[in-house]
Amino acid sequence: MKRLLGEPVLRSLARGCAVLGTGGGGDPRIGLLLALQALEEVGPTELVDLDDLPRDALIMPCGMVGAPTVHIEKIENGGEGAVLREHLERLTGRTVAALMPAEIGGSNGLLPLTWAGRMGLPVVDADGMGRAFPLIPQVSMHLAGIDPNPGVMTDERGNVVVFRAISGAWMERLERSAAVEFGGAGAATEYIMTAAQAQDGAAVQGTFTLAIKIGEALNTAVGDPIAALVAVTGGLPLMIGKVTDVERRTTKGFVRGSVVVEGLGDDAGRLLRLEIQNENLVALEQGRVLASVPDLITVLDSETADAIPTERVRYGQRVTVIAMPCAPIWRSAFGLEMAGPRAFGYDFDYVPVEELTGASA
Amino acid sequence: MPALDFRLGIDVGGTNTDAVILDRSDQVLAKAKVPTTPDVTSGIVAALDAVIGTSGVDVSRITHAMLGTTHATNAVLERRRLHRVAVIRIGAPATLGVRPMFEWPADLTAVVSAGATVVAGGIEFDGRDLSPFDGDAVARFLGSVAGRCDGVAIASVFAPVSPRHELLAAEIVKRELGQLHISLSHEIGSVGLLERENATILNAALAGVAGDVARALGQALAAHNLSPVTFFAQNDGTLMALDHALRYPVLTIGSGPANSIRGAAFLTGRSDALVADVGGTSTDVGVLVNGFPRESSQGVEIGGIRTNFRMPDLVTIALGGGTVLSGGVGAVRLGPESVGYRLRDEALVFGGSTPTLTDSAVATGRARLGDPSLAQPALRLLEAASRAADLALADAIDRVKTAKGDLALIAVGGGSILIPDELAGVSEVIRPHHFDAANAIGAAIASVSGQVDRIFHFGPGGRKAALDEASQEAKDHAVAAGADPDTVQIVELEEIPLAYLTSPAVRIRAKAAGALGGLYASAEAQAGIHASQH
Repeated sequence: MKRLLGEPVLRSLARGCAVLGTGGGGDPRIGLLLALQALEEVGPTELVDLDDLPRDALIMPCGMVGAPTVHIEKIENGGEGAVLREHLERLTGRTVAALMPAEIGGSNGLLPLTWAGRMGLPVVDADGMGRAFPLIPQVSMHLAGIDPNPGVMTDERGNVVVFRAISGAWMERLERSAAVEFGGAGAATEYIMTAAQAQDGAAVQGTFTLAIKIGEALNTAVGDPIAALVAVTGGLPLMIGKVTDVERRTTKGFVRGSVVVEGLGDDAGRLLRLEIQNENLVALEQGRVLASVPDLITVLDSETADAIPTERVRYGQRVTVIAMPCAPIWRSAFGLEMAGPRAFGYDFDYVPVEELTGASA
Repeated sequence: MPALDFRLGIDVGGTNTDAVILDRSDQVLAKAKVPTTPDVTSGIVAALDAVIGTSGVDVSRITHAMLGTTHATNAVLERRRLHRVAVIRIGAPATLGVRPMFEWPADLTAVVSAGATVVAGGIEFDGRDLSPFDGDAVARFLGSVAGRCDGVAIASVFAPVSPRHELLAAEIVKRELGQLHISLSHEIGSVGLLERENATILNAALAGVAGDVARALGQALAAHNLSPVTFFAQNDGTLMALDHALRYPVLTIGSGPANSIRGAAFLTGRSDALVADVGGTSTDVGVLVNGFPRESSQGVEIGGIRTNFRMPDLVTIALGGGTVLSGGVGAVRLGPESVGYRLRDEALVFGGSTPTLTDSAVATGRARLGDPSLAQPALRLLEAASRAADLALADAIDRVKTAKGDLALIAVGGGSILIPDELAGVSEVIRPHHFDAANAIGAAIASVSGQVDRIFHFGPGGRKAALDEASQEAKDHAVAAGADPDTVQIVELEEIPLAYLTSPAVRIRAKAAGALGGLYASAEAQAGIHASQH
């Protein structure tokens, strides 16, 4: 199914990307503004399903690598994607048919659709995570064995670096260094694939539709937007309460810390502790894990139902913490090796959130 | 320039305009409260007339006048008296994806914008050039807007790291267009290009408003044969000399709550506490830290525009002395309507027919006003409303805190009689004398500040050198704003590491404050304003 992304849909999408950002991934607001200006200047971007594309169609996963702090000052010009595409086509001798965000969560969910729209290309209803993660190889393409090469990075000036890395981990290391030289962030593509590969498990499908549905549920639900959100995501509310403690420190560019939420109303007497490393990674109650990566944990403002990024959580906020099951690909052995609790330094095994909370609903 | 003697403080609130006269030892000699008027200025004149006319004070001894006003906020909200601004963003080829004023409401853009451009240049987060600064493009743009703009707003990418491209552009503006207002983003806001650019454009648009207010106040004072030195209250609870206010009018936005918090500190001698300022329509709960209002770390919206300049961190709820009560005992509804300054005609205890939170305060014995027997028939409703209001207030207090634990609450504002003696999360409720004029008193406290909020990279001197540099800049700004150099000291120094950036960059916020002094710096601007009265 094809659809054109107009303004109301873009606004819903931005809200949904914030929810799927699980506290990290950067604020989608600037991504939304870029999309709205592109909409005004070149018309709507087309969103297509993978099966709308020929099986050999080339898909370019892309997004920004680097610091969201840079992105709020040095805003993109909207043409970065065209530079990536031009070089990728020159390197591979093939034609890019569609763009795909490597990461739907946070600010990276919106940027590829602006780039695509400005080139007259569609964006596919899929991404490489179904959420936000900090590292380049933490993508479904990596799990499916897709070659990350060639990696291409560019900046707003038109500097281009081509990467041939021996592994996803090296791609991460090399691109991260280039991002610093570019001024803290750069546009990047890696893990190019065909529509057939994407359909066969190398992409997390339907994530644009999911993000839009989330945003629409939050926008239009009367009375209880969070219940509507739970309904569309298959999520589980972990706690309704108040933030009573925030401990946060920045080390080597990563925000680490914890947040304590004290239950209110039906949850009175309960205490929930969230462990944070850029994203919300683990939810604990009395030492027991309620949810953990790669499942999604999002903190929402109980009144507005807006997702609260980790750096903006503060004492006294009325919040609802919800957990959502991750894309199934992350629950494989390789998926957990790349993005399970142990990949983030926690000493426990992953158990799906549905089992942890005993909710089979 | 007269030596400091009596001070006149005026603060414009949503419902009332307050005026006080203080002597040299900060004693309140006279105070007055009048309704705020739609045009604001006539309310200021009325407050001035009232405080001068009724006090019996030797007003000829008034040497300084301090004004906290909502003129700037109202000008933005009403889109009136705004200057036309030419906007120069320095950052191409970056940032072109979101043009200047993209998010602005069309009616405000139509009034304010004289055109906008994005020229090559800008700074990287580590201080390098993003691209070479294109001065010729600036000159060409200025040629296209010459004669059509009253001021110019300039914002460069990462100006908080280095203002050098903004300063180069400002030189070109002076060369091409001569004397006109220039707002530079590094002097106005912090990290976040669009929000800082917005605040900078608003500042340039408001440049005329501060001058108009100063003239109106000068005329009102002249009618009483007074010509005190005039200061404006700014939103950190300190003052700026007139010439400073003319350059940074946007900093007056939010000064009202800041004045109340400073006044609360002054009246109680406390430097750290919660402050609830209860007016006729709403209550602002803020936090006093080290004698100054705690500042918000989040952006603020003004008239539908997102900005990121400093503002007092407040939780505001729609509860005040005039809040109208409706619904039944079981489902009492508080406001958000308020009878405002008509309280003395409409509230039950004054013989009116509208139940208000003031009636609740009387019915529950918190206040003695009017005729308490008139509130008796509605007693159950009034008691239920009082309980609901206490809960809402306790909730607001909890939201404004940043950590657990009970704190003292200073209750100020005309409506603070609503506040009970015991509240959840509050260790004690302090009710200072002159609580009802805390805002005007706060405006009249002679403290002047300067501030720095930008990104530093640790050089050879390391962290200490960066902190020292920030502190010295803040002190210099305080002196430039009118503080006595001998009394200036650092009152706030905060380091905020930048997330996701691996090089050792840190945002430092430094604030210095000192006693009013060094007035001669502003004498010229002062003379200019007074000279144009006639």
